Amino acid sequence: MNHVNHLLSISWFPEPKNRGVCLQCSGNSGVRIPRPLGNGPSRFIPEKEILQVSKVDARTQSIFEDAFSALGRLDNISLVMGFHPQYLESFLRTQHYLLQMDGPLPLHYRHYIGIMAAARHQCSHLVNLHVNDFLQVGGDLKWLKGLDEAPQKLQQLGELNKILAHRPWLLTKEHIEQLLKAEEHSWSLAELIHAVVLLTHYHSLASFTFGCGIMPEIQCDGGHTFRPPSLSHYCVCDIANGNGHLNHHDDLLRNQVSVCGEVEVLMERMKQLQECRDDEEASQEEMATRFEREKTESMLVVSAEEDECVPSRDISRHFEDPSYGYKDFSRRGEHVPTFRAQDYSWEDHGFSLVNRLYPDVGQMLDEKFQMAYNLTYNTMATHKDVDTSMLRRAIWNYIHCMFGIRYDDYDYGEINQLLDRSFKIYIKTMVCSPEKTTKRMYESFWRQFQHSEKVHVNLLLMEARMQAELLYALRAITRYMT
Amino acid sequence: MEKMSRVTTALGSNTISGRTMFCHLDAPANAISVCRDATQVVVAGRNIFKIYALEEEQFVEKLNLRVGRKPSLNFSCADVMWHQMEENLLATAATNGAVVTWNLGKPSRNKQDQLFTEHKRTVNKVCFHPTEVYMLLSGSQDGFMKCFDLRKKESVSTFSGQSESVRDVQFSMKDYFTFAASFENGNVQLWDIRRPDRYERMFTAHTGPVFCCDWHPDDRGWLATGGRDKMVKVWDMTTNKAKEIYCVQTIASVARVKWRPERKHHLATCSMMVDHNIYVWDVRRPFIPFATFEEHKDVTTGIVWRHQHDPHFLLSGSKDSTLYQHMFKDATRPVDKANPEGLCFGLFGDLAFAAKESLINSDANRKPYPGGDRRYPIFFFKKADPTEQFTHVSSVLNVFGTDLESNRMDWFVRTAQLYLLSGKPFAELCDHNAKVARELKRPRVSTTWTMLRIMFSDPANLTAPGLNHSHSKLGNLPLMNSFSMKDMGTGMGAEGRLERSKGELRQDNMHLEPGNLHINNNNEENEETEGSEGQAEYMFGDAELDDDDLYSMEHDNQMEEQEYILPPEAFPLRHEIIDNPSAPEHLQQDKADSPHVSGNEAEVMCLTPIESFSLISISQPLFSPHLPASFFCPIVREMLSYYAEQGDVQMAVSVLIVLGDRIRKEIDDLTQEHWYMSYIDLLQRFELWNVSNEVIKLSTCSAITCLNQTSTTLHINCSSCKRAMSNKGWICNKCHQCASVCAVCHHVVKGLFVWCQGCSHGGHLEHIMNWLKISAHCPAGCGHLWFSFSV
Repeated sequence: MNHVNHLLSISWFPEPKNRGVCLQCSGNSGVRIPRPLGNGPSRFIPEKEILQVSKVDARTQSIFEDAFSALGRLDNISLVMGFHPQYLESFLRTQHYLLQMDGPLPLHYRHYIGIMAAARHQCSHLVNLHVNDFLQVGGDLKWLKGLDEAPQKLQQLGELNKILAHRPWLLTKEHIEQLLKAEEHSWSLAELIHAVVLLTHYHSLASFTFGCGIMPEIQCDGGHTFRPPSLSHYCVCDIANGNGHLNHHDDLLRNQVSVCGEVEVLMERMKQLQECRDDEEASQEEMATRFEREKTESMLVVSAEEDECVPSRDISRHFEDPSYGYKDFSRRGEHVPTFRAQDYSWEDHGFSLVNRLYPDVGQMLDEKFQMAYNLTYNTMATHKDVDTSMLRRAIWNYIHCMFGIRYDDYDYGEINQLLDRSFKIYIKTMVCSPEKTTKRMYESFWRQFQHSEKVHVNLLLMEARMQAELLYALRAITRYMT
Repeated sequence: MEKMSRVTTALGSNTISGRTMFCHLDAPANAISVCRDATQVVVAGRNIFKIYALEEEQFVEKLNLRVGRKPSLNFSCADVMWHQMEENLLATAATNGAVVTWNLGKPSRNKQDQLFTEHKRTVNKVCFHPTEVYMLLSGSQDGFMKCFDLRKKESVSTFSGQSESVRDVQFSMKDYFTFAASFENGNVQLWDIRRPDRYERMFTAHTGPVFCCDWHPDDRGWLATGGRDKMVKVWDMTTNKAKEIYCVQTIASVARVKWRPERKHHLATCSMMVDHNIYVWDVRRPFIPFATFEEHKDVTTGIVWRHQHDPHFLLSGSKDSTLYQHMFKDATRPVDKANPEGLCFGLFGDLAFAAKESLINSDANRKPYPGGDRRYPIFFFKKADPTEQFTHVSSVLNVFGTDLESNRMDWFVRTAQLYLLSGKPFAELCDHNAKVARELKRPRVSTTWTMLRIMFSDPANLTAPGLNHSHSKLGNLPLMNSFSMKDMGTGMGAEGRLERSKGELRQDNMHLEPGNLHINNNNEENEETEGSEGQAEYMFGDAELDDDDLYSMEHDNQMEEQEYILPPEAFPLRHEIIDNPSAPEHLQQDKADSPHVSGNEAEVMCLTPIESFSLISISQPLFSPHLPASFFCPIVREMLSYYAEQGDVQMAVSVLIVLGDRIRKEIDDLTQEHWYMSYIDLLQRFELWNVSNEVIKLSTCSAITCLNQTSTTLHINCSSCKRAMSNKGWICNKCHQCASVCAVCHHVVKGLFVWCQGCSHGGHLEHIMNWLKISAHCPAGCGHLWFSFSV
């Protein structure tokens, strides 16, 4: 069975002829061949479109080849990111470095931390992926039974994982101290930084996975079926969310009919903001209120679908206290304190700390953040030569705003102008409780935009979230150190 | 020039005095600036904007500029600058992108003068023109620099860096029109204030953001820059191309840099993160700070020299909410704590020693090794410089060579190369290694190997051929082997108890016995005798017999009694032992009852296999041929520790590997890891890469085996276009040529590829080796002289 799994991971290569060959040769030997569930790497994006990208763009192709030769597989996440080859390159390099290259943590710890982080968001896709990797690098099967079976040292990380994933602003230097001064099970600073980077990486990657509706890998549990292809096959998740493939065409049709001019309206607003910015100078109080309002409002934006997702495949055993999640604090009178970006920024402070304790990674993360932040093709839907920097900045700052990070030099009124409610719902869900993202949400925002642009948005969300979490964690560490 | 003299006279008439002092601020400071006559300092931060007067003994708060019930973000300052000509004029850069000027001459409480909100992002820096009253320059996160004329409501010119955020802007002290700007992407640009369309010059100064820059106050061409890459660089801008003339490597990213007044080569730095100290560097001595101020408890955010012509006062503000005045005389001088003598061992045991000449000369009898002493005096001369604070020092370097055979490490290298650690049955490995050790005249080690084989081998295998003992010529090979096995085994078992159990009498007895009972073999078997003797030395090592003489004496004894012949009685004995079924119990009992006796007896037996026979008769019931291997483990463990402590970690590790599971659990992982690390380190120092790799591979410690998985990346260049190969495989994606072509035969190399790290050319191992016999130049004809290779 293992053998077949391996073949499967090889077989899923975005080059139809390769795939054919691999499956054929295994077919001759009379082995039962699992079939992929669903079509393509994403539930949200048609397979055709993803494959097209990799075929057209030589650069994407070569990145895929490199990734494939390095990992021996090409996961669905990379395939979807293939829309943005520049970013993908940087992403893969960073991930590869974090998981495989020189670093203070042993290899199996790294994968286990990845599992812990992904499990926090019930992201079975990432969990499965890393369970396999974890076992491959010689991890102890026993650990997978639950965090209780893992070494004391990793258990202690559970608390940090929990806070970082859901309420990073609560992180204090006491938490750091607990980890660093725990007698024999204590972490070193370098190890802690490595762990923190891994945790934040996987929290945000879980967001991306749900946000783009990434399908399970074929070789993982739940990613394949042995049923013959003639039977109609549904993805379990699709059924749960009420988004069977039958609906798909309807949606598409509806999209094309119902909304038009959405893009134009948005562009008009951007233009207006650009022009009138200098005319109307809001008072300082006004600016502060605007930030507070966005922050509070972001708490209230809640997805319409409140139905609890059932954690599949007892993932919950990888973390404790499953009920702890991103809660709407303002409702319960809790308040997210404001974090001034100018006082602790990634460029000045975060980078220096990371690079000091975990050389090279600071550089890679820096490149990745910049890449995500500055990535643009100057297009919006069908329009060309558009300066999207304003929109990108609004999205980035909105996410940081949800985490209580405020930029003094930003007028938070812009966010309200540029991001409509359905988009905010999507962002909020994806960032705070990604497991609740549904296909409907994905389709209901920015209906005229292309899939590649939505993936772009997802990248922005993912990186902004990662940076926000990192900033809180690093600030706590800095405070501990001083 | 006129201005200069005026300032100097001002200084002359009003000499600054003071002491190291500090005051608490209410909030963290982001920047500080001092007014021209050095009597007041302004502190600005997110929640603070105050002016303090500098008095003799203390800071006195003069003015709080942060007025209003709910201060706006315009008060949240990223930077502040006090005009150096007009003493009522200040400018601040606000985090919300505003540039604000303040006029202290205003009668109202609110001193705010002008407000420019032209920047879209945080303004990182403001800078007044050093001589022009109304000219103000700002640099912002949005990538623009703006020049304001304070008589107008708007900026007069905007400079676009066409790159990322501006971190610092500084007017040149000497060139009226020039200013420098440093950027987040590592660039530094030079602008002419009259030409806003395009920069005059740009160069990349650092990797990552350049946080700060500072023009030299006296020298026209010097610009100091500090960056996130932890470097401070000094650039000479007078030449066509900016030339890096000095570089100081600090330990954290550099947040501010300020030249020290009146000291041409000194500059002060503070860091952005982690490190809280302020350093003053002499750029010509970049390795150790000239002076350090260690008062702050959190990162220092602003530094400024109190007076532009006085090098003795430094002011600093910090995130820890304090404002300090540092007196230069109170600074810590790291140089004083540095060790001025250097001592280093060379690879072949040479010892180099460098110290001040005076120190060496005063100590006349420092010539310890006649003959082995080579003296290479090296003098460092310096031109005497009146402003120089360093004294003229000349150092002497002595090199002591040691030719003494005893210190040579040949045996280590040979042993490492010849030992077999795996790949054969256990007994053969032991025998092989014993042989190696014997050939290298290390009898003790050799015997240890033999003993290990005997202890841990299956008794049934013992009679197998291949257990080649030098006694074979006696014709009783199997017998002898089993014989010695028992001796040594018990000997080892008792060894641990040796020390405490030893009674005087017993000891005397022991020394007598070798003398009396020495049986010896022929001269040809000298080696074996030596081996036994070595073993004895080891065994006694725990007692008080370190003296070599004793053994040589014994040796003499042995020689005298060469005619002794092995008594036949020994053989029946063996059968008795084997047939005695109650032996193990007996042993147990014996251990519990009187370990001392058995210990001593066994101990002596080990001296030579032959003399032991006499003892066997005493301790005969102790023997059992079926002692479990685990019985020896504690002894072996002690033995290994002993070897390791004696410095022969090679032995410890080799035994550890060869014994494998038999012993591993007995020794705690940390110790094992420690031994492995030491041995691997030694091997690598002797460049025994293959052996060290084998050891890493065979080790069972996870921490060791993972050594092989780190740093496995090899960066290579394409041999045809000389650029780095980023592709996997051998096709260069830049020039689309196959990069692995043999320079000699022009075929593609498969398998072992050897190439030059200098010119990237290479080829088949054989071809290159042949080529190098003919010529030292690269066969590709690139003219490169080959030195180093990698495979």
